[in-house]
Amino acid sequence: MLSSNREKKQYQQLVEQKSPKTPLFRNMVVAFIVGGLICILGQILINYFIDRGMNLQDARGAETVILVFLAALFTGLGWYDRLGEFAGAGSIVPITGFANSIVSPAMEFKREGYVLGVGARMFTVAGPVLVYGTVISFFVGVITWLF
Amino acid sequence: MEYLKVFIVGGSICMIGQLLMDKTKLLPAHILVLFVCSGVVLTALGVYEPLVEMGGAGATVPLPGFGYALAKGVMKGVEEAGLIGAFSGALEASSLGIGAAVIFGFIMAVLFNPKG
Repeated sequence: MLSSNREKKQYQQLVEQKSPKTPLFRNMVVAFIVGGLICILGQILINYFIDRGMNLQDARGAETVILVFLAALFTGLGWYDRLGEFAGAGSIVPITGFANSIVSPAMEFKREGYVLGVGARMFTVAGPVLVYGTVISFFVGVITWLF
Repeated sequence: MEYLKVFIVGGSICMIGQLLMDKTKLLPAHILVLFVCSGVVLTALGVYEPLVEMGGAGATVPLPGFGYALAKGVMKGVEEAGLIGAFSGALEASSLGIGAAVIFGFIMAVLFNPKG
């Protein structure tokens, strides 16, 4: 019998100690750390290009190209998907995840040919992103134009 | 200090993505679409710009930052070219990222084969 509050509390603590950490908590922490680190890499690149005399906009552009290149290369080598299994959204949400979503199916469906395999499957995920991004931006543009 | 802000802003955005993945039935593709669209809307409302000023790459590297670039581009396009800019602005602003992703994506897909 757990009669006193103290005993209940002790029991609660014991349960928390013995039971594994909920995967949700673990997943969120890992996503935070991996995603944050990818952003720090981006900032290091931006600062490097600004030091080299670029303006902020060009530095962001150069940084995007390098991150996309690295993500595409690591996807080709099979490293990015291993990171994805571990990091979840931490590797999906940054722009590197967008690049991964292009390379991964393009490689996977190469056997279906270069037009209907590589060319078409590249946009399995990137396609919807571009469609909805473009359409919603158009409406933002129209609203900006009207008011 | 700058890098700490980048880490916190970028990490938080990714953590929200993880929460959506674990707590809803949304697939990564849905989350990427949702995040880009959110970035566009939040930028149009003037909410995302302060986040970019505070978090730098922490706000521009995650997918809402792609939406931020789209929205900034379309607003600039309308300012410069009127209604025509509503069609071209977003894609002009994001052409570098899309171009890089398609070009490197194609090259890597040709060079490498899937593992396992």
